[in-house]
Amino acid sequence: MGEWIAFVGLSVAALGSGLAMVLGRQPVHCAVVFLVTLLSLAGLFLLLGAEFIGILQIVIYAGAILVLFLFVIMLLHAHSGEGPRVKLRAQPVLAGLLALGLLLGLGTALLSAASLGRPHPGPPPEGFGTAKAVGTTLFARFLLPFEVTSVLLLLGVIGAVVLGRREAPEKPPRERAAGTARAEAKAHAKGKEKKEVVPR
Amino acid sequence: MSAVPPDAYLVLSAVLFSVGALGVLLRRNALILFMSIELMLNAVNLAFVAFARVWGDLGGQVIVFFVLVVAAAEVVVGLAIIVNIFRTRETVDIDDVDLLRG
Repeated sequence: MGEWIAFVGLSVAALGSGLAMVLGRQPVHCAVVFLVTLLSLAGLFLLLGAEFIGILQIVIYAGAILVLFLFVIMLLHAHSGEGPRVKLRAQPVLAGLLALGLLLGLGTALLSAASLGRPHPGPPPEGFGTAKAVGTTLFARFLLPFEVTSVLLLLGVIGAVVLGRREAPEKPPRERAAGTARAEAKAHAKGKEKKEVVPR
Repeated sequence: MSAVPPDAYLVLSAVLFSVGALGVLLRRNALILFMSIELMLNAVNLAFVAFARVWGDLGGQVIVFFVLVVAAAEVVVGLAIIVNIFRTRETVDIDDVDLLRG
């Protein structure tokens, strides 16, 4: 019974905050509401016996990814609204219909292919979903994907650095003919400012 | 009515995925679009964890771990691209970024 109460509460929180995120006006509000979605999903993971993944969800999503979103929203603050709809006027109706169709198809596919009619799996075995069990599975059965993951992360870092870099000024400051100390200082301050803009 | 059947989690996952898809189809702000994509990824994670529970197989949870890593890398690169678009076009409305439009 307690599981039902937790499940219904967390589902309502996840769905409500998800809808609020999708329909919100201000990007900042969307990001904060999305935090509620992520936390309720972490709670659902815990209910399903995935304690390690649940904590990881909080640390990575709520702790790292969402903070990155908030930083970018802060950087782009002034112009982050949507302009008037001019290109595709029927977009809301079309989007609603398509999403509804997707929901129906997905629901039938999941429920027909999944576990429907199978008896409830019962309580999870001892130590299911702990860091130790997940780690053992990760390094025993998924060692190669795990190693490839490091390459992916390296590519992500390189990509962010390349994309975040600004074009070099046409002439380096020291080659400028009328390079007074004040202009130098200005250029230096500008360079510092640029560095702060670079996203992680 | 003792324990919650895993099917309930699967239904919730499908609904959350559809909400994320609705956001991708409906919104034109690139940042909110991106958050909707993250919501879809999270919905799939929920389905993976539910299936791991059904089968008693930790492989499903390890896949979620990989999805988290890929999502982190994707967000870093994607947000850098959005910031770059904003620097050149002064907008994050995807309707205004139509250089490839015929």
